[in-house]
Amino acid sequence: MSSDTALRAEALGKRFGRRGRALRDCSFRLPAGRVCAVVGPNGAGKSTLLTLAAGLAAPTEGTLSVLGTTPAAARPRVGYLAQDKPLYPQLTIAETLRMGADLNPGRWDAAAAEEVVAAGDLDPGSRVRTLSGGQHTRVALALALGKRPELLLLDEPMADLDPLARHQLMGTLMAEAAQHGTTIVMSSHVVAELEDSCDHLLLVGDGRIRLSGDIDELLAAHLRVTAPESAALAPHTVVDSRVTGRQLSALIRPAGPVPDAWRTSAPSLEELVLAHLRNPGAPSLVEESAA
Amino acid sequence: MVEYRIDRHSGVATYVQIVQQTKQALRMGLLMPGDRLPTAREVVEATAINPNTVLKAYRELEREGLVEARRGLGTFVRRGLGATPADSPLRTELEEWARRARAAGLERDDVAALFTAVLDKHFQGDPS
Repeated sequence: MSSDTALRAEALGKRFGRRGRALRDCSFRLPAGRVCAVVGPNGAGKSTLLTLAAGLAAPTEGTLSVLGTTPAAARPRVGYLAQDKPLYPQLTIAETLRMGADLNPGRWDAAAAEEVVAAGDLDPGSRVRTLSGGQHTRVALALALGKRPELLLLDEPMADLDPLARHQLMGTLMAEAAQHGTTIVMSSHVVAELEDSCDHLLLVGDGRIRLSGDIDELLAAHLRVTAPESAALAPHTVVDSRVTGRQLSALIRPAGPVPDAWRTSAPSLEELVLAHLRNPGAPSLVEESAA
Repeated sequence: MVEYRIDRHSGVATYVQIVQQTKQALRMGLLMPGDRLPTAREVVEATAINPNTVLKAYRELEREGLVEARRGLGTFVRRGLGATPADSPLRTELEEWARRARAAGLERDDVAALFTAVLDKHFQGDPS
């Protein structure tokens, strides 16, 4: 397994007990060095996928390789931030970072962790329980980044944060990616929140991978068209279509040139995601791009 | 040093905004040959955009011969653009014109529309 791949899933599935099925038949590849958005409605399986990648749960079907090895073997090189961002409330920030150093012998980058804390103008002597939501997230992120991970898994990192804290923390993450080439995977159910920061998309719906690939390539593979109601959309792949009066609006994957009479435009990322979620039966698109 | 401002709702691709703002700074003389552009890290830390977007914009500027990447040092301006530094006589005339337009009761949008119409007439077919 090559090291230019951060995550590779093959027919991956996860069941909980007898009835609960969180993921089914998921196959995709995430190249290293990408900033990947994991998007989907609540309950789609985003958190389960991250938990599997973090090596905190085992798949019931298929395989998932992380940084070219098993999730368990990759754990020292992976940073994971769960949705509730667990920290010890009675510890100070400085004590929390010291704990990070103790838990990651040989890997801990104290300067990096302290820099993330300092960027938020936080007093290292403050106790974790006194911090605001944004400050708490910043400390949790410092703990994850101090480990100098090659792969950073973040589950809904920006939920509950005000717009300013969101922007600052996203800036910190992007700086990390720019400087160290860290692969970042972050989930959210708000697409707009991730649009500018991510270059790769994994759309999860009902436990399945609906879209996977480079965001620019995925957008380029789709077209928004407006045509007369009687227009035949075949042979194009139709993701979403709607008739209003005499007008047909559709999101398609063109199989070739479309008639000149149709009005066409490029979809936004949000339109692309919504069209796929509105139509669970629409065929998935998993780009098998190299590199 | 320039500072990029990204407008997410402008409909203009983010990397194009960086290219345009760099060219604008070159035209205004805010960036001069030899100046260093901010590093990708500096830009993304301030704007929270994806690092590849910045690199894509810098590659485009390099392709146009405006900047050059020096390994390990950064990206530097090779040449300026146009001949309208911030204090040129043309700018003074335009300032005067804008003052008169406002005094005549025109609103910002009226002035912009007028200016664009004149631009379109005189620069028809030129690359923008």
